[in-house]
Amino acid sequence: MLALEFPPLNEILRWRDLFPTFNKVAMIAVAAALIGSLIFLIAARQDGSKAPKGIRNFAEMLVEFVENQIIMPAMGRSGMGWTPFLLTLFIFIYLCNLPGIVPVLYMPATARMAIPLFLAVVVWLVYVGVGLKHQGLGYFGHMIAPPGVPAALYPLIGPIEILSNLIIRPFSLAVRLFANMLAGHILLVTFSLLTEELVFEGDNIVFRILGVLPFVMLILMTVFEVLVGFLQAYIFTILAAVYIGSSAHPEH
Amino acid sequence: MEALSILAQVAEPADFGPIGAGIGYGLAAIGPGIGIGYIVGKSVEAMARQPESAGMVRTTMFLGVAFTEAIALIGFVVAMLVQ
Repeated sequence: MLALEFPPLNEILRWRDLFPTFNKVAMIAVAAALIGSLIFLIAARQDGSKAPKGIRNFAEMLVEFVENQIIMPAMGRSGMGWTPFLLTLFIFIYLCNLPGIVPVLYMPATARMAIPLFLAVVVWLVYVGVGLKHQGLGYFGHMIAPPGVPAALYPLIGPIEILSNLIIRPFSLAVRLFANMLAGHILLVTFSLLTEELVFEGDNIVFRILGVLPFVMLILMTVFEVLVGFLQAYIFTILAAVYIGSSAHPEH
Repeated sequence: MEALSILAQVAEPADFGPIGAGIGYGLAAIGPGIGIGYIVGKSVEAMARQPESAGMVRTTMFLGVAFTEAIALIGFVVAMLVQ
């Protein structure tokens, strides 16, 4: 009926290398890092004593968002020192998600496992490091023998706690971001393929008219992807904040 | 002609990988679907009761949704790997 051929997964994801070991996903990541730092470098050059305007206004809005919406609910006032780290995470992830809906690029850099996994490992190193700094080896002691739990349950709770704190947390952090962006990317590819096949290759008028439906869906999914890209950056950052906060101040 | 070729493909040893992946993902999505429904529904209830605590409830809701959603997403990744 329809000669609809979905390209193999590799073809959707693998872009031609610009030069060896540097493909376009890497290019998006580098561009995201550069744009992110550029915003704040330009904003920092403005005179801070006057009322902020233009790009400085925007940068201050971002800092306030991270402080009020991410750090305050997750870590409280004592977590304000983590603003630079969490702000960097948030902006980098958001700028990596954004190309998923930018024409010509159409590829979220976080839809390849490398970047989410790297970020999750960084977060893992930070919160384990913070735990060791604030609690010493008691950090692991708290995992094996959580306070407030009857001693008879230690053999049951201990392994679960260790597994969930040291292995499942970074894994789910990486997989959540990666799978969300990949799923959105595949959805966009599916609907644009359907539109293209029906409207341009459809062999009668009915198919061509039906082709409007996937196109409408494509637009709706694009709008949805804007939301998802923001939400995933937000969730990744707030989870990082929660993990760091929980290893800095254990519940007694 | 194409119908014929489709019929002819049935005669070849069938590859059930994609079907299994689809069923697997469908099963993996049931629990998290119910879970996210519960979380968001209860959060809306809480926000309607106490609009002044809406900000806090929303943050906690996103956290809960993120944890629940991870299970469905692991199902999605496994489906990708299996097929």
